[in-house]
Amino acid sequence: MNAPLAIAELDRALVRVLQGGLPRVPRPYHAVAETLGVAPETVMARVEAMLASGAIRRIGAVPNHYRLGWVANGMSVWDVDDAEVDRLGVRVGELPTVSHCYRRPRRPPRWPYNLFAMVHGRDRGEVEAKVAEIAALLGPAARAHDVLYSTRVLKKTGLRFGAAG
Amino acid sequence: MSMDAQDRAIVNALQGGFPVCERPYAAVAEALGLSEESLLARIDALLADGTLTRFGPMFDADKLGGAFALAAMSVPAADFERVAAAVNARPEVAHNYARDHALNLWFVLATETPEGIDAAIEAIERATGIEVLAFPKEREYFVGLRLAA
Repeated sequence: MNAPLAIAELDRALVRVLQGGLPRVPRPYHAVAETLGVAPETVMARVEAMLASGAIRRIGAVPNHYRLGWVANGMSVWDVDDAEVDRLGVRVGELPTVSHCYRRPRRPPRWPYNLFAMVHGRDRGEVEAKVAEIAALLGPAARAHDVLYSTRVLKKTGLRFGAAG
Repeated sequence: MSMDAQDRAIVNALQGGFPVCERPYAAVAEALGLSEESLLARIDALLADGTLTRFGPMFDADKLGGAFALAAMSVPAADFERVAAAVNARPEVAHNYARDHALNLWFVLATETPEGIDAAIEAIERATGIEVLAFPKEREYFVGLRLAA
């Protein structure tokens, strides 16, 4: 057994071991505990704590949405009144098939948009229908918008913290 | 690959919260009417054939002290493959997409520190000779995937 690790150090080690995925063995948390030289109960307690703090958003599968038939994805971007964007951003994020919704800085003059909502559909028609729904929800608070369709996935990996971490 | 009804049920079930307990696969398998062994085999197969890109905890880099930023570049068509390869080569780049816009290359940087974002952007600008526009998030309204398989 290693000497007991400080919690921050242990959490960091857990991120390093788990960022590649949860082991597919009957007792995955026990396997992680064995790798780290700590008790299985400690691993499960830290994972629960990280779920509670939001450091782990959830544990589960990341589907390849193209494989599931969700082949169209459009990044809809909106120039929304600063006084309204937080109230409206929450409502846009509640719409089904919006997977990410953020406020980001404008970069005038090249980029006037401050609200980003990623919209998924089985084809562009579905994405366009969803974008129309967002436009109706935003109303006159949105002065302009655009939809950027992805034409190629060039790279897609999970979060990678340094191996030395 | 065409997914059968059982694979769809598995993918949908695994998008929710996976349990933290001694035999979590056994718990999920029971709810799906499968054996633990066959659920493990199906998850391995779905990862191997690319239906799932990943299985495990999704970390929030911000809460771990790290940083995420969306960034974009306007790349001339003739130079696109070279620049895309140079961006992909950076380990900080988690996702990279071509998009149909004057800003035609969009990528996500994930680093251990907020300063790491600036360093990665500078390195990409040096390697490519093209300006990088950074769009760090100011507020998060929603993150999650709710796509039925």
